[in-house]
Order: sequence, then structure tokens, then C-alpha cells
Amino acid sequence: MTTITAVSAGLGSPSASRLLATRLSDSTKRAVASAPVSATLVELREYARDITNALLTGVPSPALASVIESVTSADGLIAVTPVFNASYSGLFKMFFDILDPDTLTGKPVLVAATGNSPRHSLVIEHELKPMFGYLRSMVVPTGVYASSEDWSETALTTRIDRAAGELASLVSARPLAGSRDPYNITPFEDLFGH
Amino acid sequence: MQFGIFSVGDVTMDPTTGRTPTEHERIKAMIAIAEKAEEVGLDVFATGEHHNPPFVPSSPTTMLGYIAARTDKLVLSTATTLITTDDPVKIAEDFAMLQHISDGRVDLMLGRGNTAPVYPWFGKDIRDGIELAIENYHLLHRLWTEDVVDWEGKFRTSLQGFTSTPRPLDGVPPFVWHGSIRSPQIAEQAAYYGDGFFANHIFWPTTHFQRLIGFYRQRFEHYGHGTGDQAIVGLGGQVFMRENSQDAIKEFRPYFDNAPVYGHGPSLEEFTETTPLTVGSPQQVIEKTLTFREHFGDYQRQLFLMDHAGLPLKTVLEQIDMLGEIVPVLRRELDAKRPAHVPGAPTHASLLAARQVAA
Repeated sequence: MTTITAVSAGLGSPSASRLLATRLSDSTKRAVASAPVSATLVELREYARDITNALLTGVPSPALASVIESVTSADGLIAVTPVFNASYSGLFKMFFDILDPDTLTGKPVLVAATGNSPRHSLVIEHELKPMFGYLRSMVVPTGVYASSEDWSETALTTRIDRAAGELASLVSARPLAGSRDPYNITPFEDLFGH
Repeated sequence: MQFGIFSVGDVTMDPTTGRTPTEHERIKAMIAIAEKAEEVGLDVFATGEHHNPPFVPSSPTTMLGYIAARTDKLVLSTATTLITTDDPVKIAEDFAMLQHISDGRVDLMLGRGNTAPVYPWFGKDIRDGIELAIENYHLLHRLWTEDVVDWEGKFRTSLQGFTSTPRPLDGVPPFVWHGSIRSPQIAEQAAYYGDGFFANHIFWPTTHFQRLIGFYRQRFEHYGHGTGDQAIVGLGGQVFMRENSQDAIKEFRPYFDNAPVYGHGPSLEEFTETTPLTVGSPQQVIEKTLTFREHFGDYQRQLFLMDHAGLPLKTVLEQIDMLGEIVPVLRRELDAKRPAHVPGAPTHASLLAARQVAA
């Protein structure tokens, strides 16, 4: 079973970011031809307090821990944020800030953003891609930015399908991810050459 | 089964009065707390080690040496001794000296320290934390078990024909606990040496520590020190008690809400639900503490955090008095449930006896 997790930092109900995350997720499902796909959608708004608490205490709540697990163990990740002050939202950044180092290394990621003005479209290139580059994720070439006027354009659907196709081919080409096991450590007897 | 208290040694403003104790007051308060622990029948007092404000205990063996002179039964320990940035030679010397002064009433808990700026002050780098803990303890262990040591490592000047003095009391080094909240490598290290593993689980959900402690027990058995249920486990705890549980909650809430680490985050109710923190009646503390054994198996040492978040000394001493009243109940219950083949906490006497049997 291939797993795709979509994370939306949208705040409205319903939000444009959630809508975009759903469309990207559905399109990715269709594009993964080889295997059945299990898709999960996470709305960070529901975990906003847990995320703040985890930032302060270093410890995720059980509910947040299962969200983190669904993100870090997914075969492919779709990350969607609204544009606030010319960048990703604070909530979006906070969620990725609480993940353990290296948990997104090599992860196929599709980045997307929503905003009112088309003039924020470069947030994909200038903010989102550098962050996932730092996290050593495999970001697909096509990022999707949807401004208010794009929602009535077929060009948005074309971009969604292109980005989803790229994510699907990256996911299909890789062995299934599964959880990283933190207990896979060097035994002491090997360390000391016994 | 040993019960005791561990102190971080933070100087924190009392949020209900706005008053911050001086360093001198805080240091004297820690000593008063240790003396109270002995008075009410607790077994262990452990101090933290820090090298930055707002913490006072930079020199644990100085403080513990003084407490040793003022007490008769109390085991003096640390939570934790910084195996990463302290020189293992100085640890070997300081704690062997304390062991002689206290007639064997000393053990120690090693930890890495999680404050990045402290490492460079001692010429180290936090990114080497695990590697430092492994190499430095390897040296410490040799200094205590071998009379003459030749040593070459990555982090410290070489030693040729070095003898750490004084030698451990009766040839038995202080028992070592390895403290970790999230690193399987440290559980592996504790298991390899057959040392104790202390899981300060006061901030984290139970499932995380079930896995970590389970891993330590399994590896302890793998290395031939006994069966997994004979491994030496210590746990943290955090309580605030009043006869009436509502009074406890009302009095503790401002300290909780403003506490270092978790203050301004989760609510008191959320935190008590997901962590070992108990704020309530003595009976509630007994019930919650007894669940630890159900979650993690029979264990040897239970330490409570009592004196943090700006709680005034008078309140802390009252709390320790109440702890002294419930500990006999906990001791009776836990000792009754522990099977005969599971050992109690190692002491100088038990380690000496084991050594004489082996010899």
C-alpha cells in the first residue's frame, strides 16, 4: 500500500489550502497507477495548540504524535500553506520545526501555496523549496500556487495534474518508506570490537 | 526499592509573590531539602549539575560532601553528572573521594546535558554528545576498575601509567546510572556495562518510555547481566500534594503555569493526564505512582522532583513531609509485588557483598 499524506496549514473552514491539498492528493492517487493508495489529509489548525505545546515542551501530544508519524512514514508528502506576509504561515513552519532532524530526508514532497494575489506565486521558489531543500527532501519540480483568480482556470487543473504526476512517479520509483526505526543503533559490542 | 528526591537547582521567581531567592538562599535551601529527605525516611538525594544561570549546582560533590557530614543514611547522588563536558578523570577522583567521606553512601547518574552553549565553554561540541558520553564513560569505568591506566582517546589528553586516587572504597566503584529521556544509544550503553538506567519520564507519554526501558531490559539480558526483569531501572516523578485535592490544584497551578520547561504550554489538566505529574491528595499520588510498576515493570529507584518552579522552601519542606508519609505505603506495596529474583537498588553494601561472592 502506497501512502500519501497531505498537510494543509489553511485556517478558514473550508480553506483554499485545504481545497488545494485535496485536489493534489486526489490527482496523485489517480496518477499512482501501480498500487492501491491510502491518502491522509491533515489540517494543522486542529493541532495548533498541540503544536505550540510541543514547541515549548519538546514533547508532542499523543494526537500530534500520530500526525507526525503519518507525515514522516508517508511515501509521499503534499505540503500546502496559505501565504502570510509574503511567506509560509507561522503554523506551517512551526509544524515542520517540531519534526525530529532527518525525518524528511529523501522524502518525495510536493509543495503548494494559496493566496489572494497572483504576485505571491514565487513563494514556492523563494520560501518553500529552500526549506524542504534544507530538510533534504526530494521536492518535485512543479510547485503549485493558486491565487483567487486561478480557481476558475483550467490551467490550475493542468498544473495540479502535472505536479501530482511528478510526485506519483517519484513515489512509484522508490521502495516504500515505512517508519524509520530509532532503535536501529550500533550495538556496544561492535563499537568496542568484541 | 529506593525513594528519593532530585533537584534541578534552578533559581526561579515565585510567581505568587514575585520574589526570587538569592543563589545563597537557594543553595542553603537545597541542603535543607536533603536533610529533610533523611529526616522523613527517604533514601536518596540527587542534585543536578549546571554551569549557567539560573542554576546554582555547578559543584555537586562539594554540596554532597557537606550533606554527607550532616546525614547518616541518605544516599547522595546526581541527576545528572555531565559525562560530556566534565573531565572523566575529575569525575573519577571527585566521586571516589565523596565515596570515602560518606562511607559508601554515593552513586551517580550520568547525563549529556542539553544546553548547546555550555559545551564550547568546556572545549566541546554538543553534536558530539553521544560520542563524548561513550568515550568519557569508557575511560571513567577503566579508571575505577583498573589501578593503572594507559589511555588514548579522541576527546582527552592521553594518560600513561595513570592511577586515579583515591581508589574506590573497598575496591567497589560507585554504582552508575545512565540517564536519558530519548536516546536508545544510552540505554544500550547502560545495558552493556550492566549499569542502571534512569528514565526521567516526567514530561513524556508512557508509550515512549515503555519502549526505551523495554529496549534496555532486553539488551541487559543480551549482555549477560541477568534476565531483563533483573535490570536496574530508575524513574522520575513529580507531585504536589494537599489533603484535599482541590487545594493542591489551586495552590500548584500558578507554579505550573509559569514553570520552566512546560510553563505557558499545556494546561495542568492536560499535563497530569499524559505525564506522571500528580497534583492532588496523597492517596492520588500513591495510586498514580503504583501505575509506574504496571507500565515499566519492577524497578529499583523512584525519584521525585519537588523543589522547582519557584516553590518556596517552606512549601517544599511540607511536601517532603507528606512524601515521607506515603513512601512507607509505596515501599510496602512495591516490595510485596516484586518477585524474589528481582534485586533491589544496588548499594555499596550489596555491591561489596556481590564482589566478595565473586572472589
